[in-house]
Amino acid sequence: MEYFFEILFSGLTRGSVYALIALGYTMVYGIIGLINFAHGEMYMIGAFTALIVSSVLSIYGLPLPSILILAGLAAAIWAGAYGFTVERLAYRPLRGAPRLAPLISAIGMSIFLQNYILLAQTPDFVPFPSLVPEFAFLEPYSAIINSSGLTIMAVSTLVMCALILLIKFTRTGKAMRATAQDRKMALLVGINVDRIISLTFITGSALAAIGGLLIASHIGQINFAIGFIAGIKAFTAAVLGGIGSIPGAVLGSFVLGLTEAFATGYVSSDYEDVFAFSLLVLILIFRPAGLLGNAAAEKV
Amino acid sequence: MKKKSLTNPTGKDIRHALMVGLWFMFLTFPLLVIKVNPIEQTVTWRWANMLWVGGASAAIALACRLIAARRTEKMEHLSRMPEQTALRHKLPLLFTQDRLRLLGAMVMLLLLAFPLAFSTYQVNIMTTALMYVILGLGLNIVVGFAGLLNLGYVAFYAVGAYTYGLLHLHFNLGFWTALPIGGLMGALFGLLLGFPVLRLRGDYLAIVTLGFGEIIRLVLENWGAFSQGPSGIADIPRPGLFGIGMTLDQSLVYQYYLTIAMALFTVFMVNRLRHSRIGRAWFALREDEIACQAMGIDTTALKLTAFALGAAWSGMTGVLFAAKTTFINPASFTFMESAIILCIVVLGGMGSIIGVAAAALILMLLPEYLRAVAEYRMLVFGAVLVVMMIIRPRGLMQPMRQTHLPAR
Amino acid sequence: MCGTIDTAMHPLLTVSALTMDFGGIRALDQVDLRILPREIVALIGPNGAGKTTLFNCLTGMCRPTGGQLLLTPPGRSQRRLYGLPPHQITAAGLARTFQNIRLFPNMTVLENVMVGRHCRTTAKLFGAIFRPAATVREENDSLGMSLALLDRIGLGDQADELAQNLPYGAQRRLEIARALATSPQLLLLDEPAAGMNPQETEELEALILSIRDDGLSILLIEHDMKLVMRLSDHIFAMDYGRLIAEGAPDEVRRHPAVIRAYLGTEATDA
Repeated sequence: MEYFFEILFSGLTRGSVYALIALGYTMVYGIIGLINFAHGEMYMIGAFTALIVSSVLSIYGLPLPSILILAGLAAAIWAGAYGFTVERLAYRPLRGAPRLAPLISAIGMSIFLQNYILLAQTPDFVPFPSLVPEFAFLEPYSAIINSSGLTIMAVSTLVMCALILLIKFTRTGKAMRATAQDRKMALLVGINVDRIISLTFITGSALAAIGGLLIASHIGQINFAIGFIAGIKAFTAAVLGGIGSIPGAVLGSFVLGLTEAFATGYVSSDYEDVFAFSLLVLILIFRPAGLLGNAAAEKV
Repeated sequence: MKKKSLTNPTGKDIRHALMVGLWFMFLTFPLLVIKVNPIEQTVTWRWANMLWVGGASAAIALACRLIAARRTEKMEHLSRMPEQTALRHKLPLLFTQDRLRLLGAMVMLLLLAFPLAFSTYQVNIMTTALMYVILGLGLNIVVGFAGLLNLGYVAFYAVGAYTYGLLHLHFNLGFWTALPIGGLMGALFGLLLGFPVLRLRGDYLAIVTLGFGEIIRLVLENWGAFSQGPSGIADIPRPGLFGIGMTLDQSLVYQYYLTIAMALFTVFMVNRLRHSRIGRAWFALREDEIACQAMGIDTTALKLTAFALGAAWSGMTGVLFAAKTTFINPASFTFMESAIILCIVVLGGMGSIIGVAAAALILMLLPEYLRAVAEYRMLVFGAVLVVMMIIRPRGLMQPMRQTHLPAR
Repeated sequence: MCGTIDTAMHPLLTVSALTMDFGGIRALDQVDLRILPREIVALIGPNGAGKTTLFNCLTGMCRPTGGQLLLTPPGRSQRRLYGLPPHQITAAGLARTFQNIRLFPNMTVLENVMVGRHCRTTAKLFGAIFRPAATVREENDSLGMSLALLDRIGLGDQADELAQNLPYGAQRRLEIARALATSPQLLLLDEPAAGMNPQETEELEALILSIRDDGLSILLIEHDMKLVMRLSDHIFAMDYGRLIAEGAPDEVRRHPAVIRAYLGTEATDA
């Protein structure tokens, strides 16, 4: 039973991180219909920014919790800035271009950013300090859950709630939803669509960066290529849930995280990713628009 | 004309450039300036990088603005012209039928003479590039013609390569026997994937094919008993020629010509397909699936045909690849390969045969010849993709249209 | 409902009790239609009456909830169309155009028409690549017929232009030519005159009549009542998914249910 809970929590932890990244994918897709292949790099850039900031701060001897918060802020700010810049440089000039052009541009951006970090920082894996303090109250349960796992779940739940509130109730959120539904119409009613798209990229990237920081601190090492597989997994989760749908992305992420955890825990750890992608293929065969996506038939 | 004011930077342009420079200095500040060594707890500050970035980005921003301004000016100039002349200015007739034939013949001669003039090392690179021409044209059938976004094309390449590797390992089969089997296996896997997923919409299809590609690679990596895992299969024989013994150099040159032959056949095939009943149906499918159905076209069968044919081509190229490198392992079949092949298709201009071939040669030869700046080559590669898409979002070349009316 | 059509001719298309539900909404309710060979039939009704849904059900784009569709080409045996996929229905002899033009914009005008020949030709991959004599012949036939069709709609000298570069009226005519290329028995036109100027409408009228004279039946949805009254042999009027009237143009025009549907209930009560 203890083993079951250990796996359950590891699945939930994974799911939370996937959700943080998948939200960015799904928001961007919802608003401009682009598979943002460079989104995984925002997660990686977030992790690296956090590493740098936390290392510098710890040399100056700041206490652990404040380092965590400052590193998280820095990661979110800079990843947001990268997201904004990438959109301006690589996607905005391609509005109205054929569908595949922005996709190729995104792949190019992804390659560029990975190699940028490789050159600017290091090609090797670097150890990442554990930024989350040990919680005393978790002592008795240390076999099934540790404090960084709990922090990941708590932070991501908080962030997701904030995001949902933002989208549901603020003016900006309404503008985002309107733009996602019909960009031309949103423009006509006076929404600054460019600004909304930029904001979407900034928010998505900041969320991914927080995910990057949390998982890096959980696992303990990072390198320039971590964004790629995480990005693909998160995108898988977003599609699984029905791309463009925010609750779908969250649901898909947890389904994916739990499936992976249980499959590796009970079947075989060699085939972790095979399980993930097989699940995706299976779900899409039976629900072609994902779990929560609406399979709106094209109007004839 | 206020041409003068546009070619010279105005104060506004300079202010914009400065802002861009500052922004990039801020953007790259932590990652490019600070480098920490987490083990020894030391920090290196590299302030020079910041100045470089600021200066370079400001200069590039200024240049882009000036170029854009000049282009707007030219466009305005064009739009003031009578329509006929304007049109002619926009579409210079670069490639008339005759000129194209001449160009093709020249390229052919160059390719045929290549091994005579260059070292085996260069020939080898060229062989690889030509293989990507074949792969690009094969994927072009799926993506460029039929409009099915396939992000797992490399899976079929792997199937082909492993078909040859395993057939040789277990049954000692040679290249020429493996080549058609590799193609068939590719097609078989294409159908296997195609049947369940082809009713998915574009982007869903993309991610499923991506997932399928990863599944194939991961299975090859982890199912050691079947594929020998990450250590791969070694000592795969190069293609033979009626059992004649060849030195390594000769065999590489032979392989080069073999690849050219296959590339030529691929060009021939793709060209024939395009101007055929099937090809038109594929284009129609890409353009509007519902209208395509209304024309009495069985879109499922049509999609499967495109998928299987593309996969068969990838499978055959996989056999060629295994024979060329004599060693295969799963690391050669990552998503990055699929992405690069897709880049070739889109960069070339979807559906354009010459464009795809040119893009394959450029993208494959570019990193090779960028070895001088080895460290930066992938960085440059990524940037080139982005810039090319911005400059030419429809690719290098527009597909040529078959004309039936006599030229007027 | 109205009296039956008494004629010795066997109807080309018989639609009986066709019903289509979208979730809880009944878009088509027990619709019966009969279309005779060489007849021009119009389908009229206010927006949202279910006309396009009917087209979609006839051509297999939507799968109806219930009913029967029978096609009896003259001199051939009866064929059930219910539940067939769109491409088989087109192959059986129904061809359509779309309300919002759906050409293949990046293909040439000629290629657009040649795509229509697809279901009447057979060349497969082998034929496409190696071009045996049979394929060459087939291609030439398709080409000849397509060029002839283009000449007929007056686009013969624009065969090599991209379809998207054609003016609006020409695009509508091209869609008709493309549908004709499938050699149909029955041509379904969804608002062919929409957005056309009077001269273009006149040309369209001549075209439709000439198609009828070739022996085809035509079912058209159209809002231009003058055109409908001039062209049609028979009219079906729909409202809220139901047939409310049918008959010759003059009968339908005066039918109280039709007037009510178009003008609203208050107008007739007043």
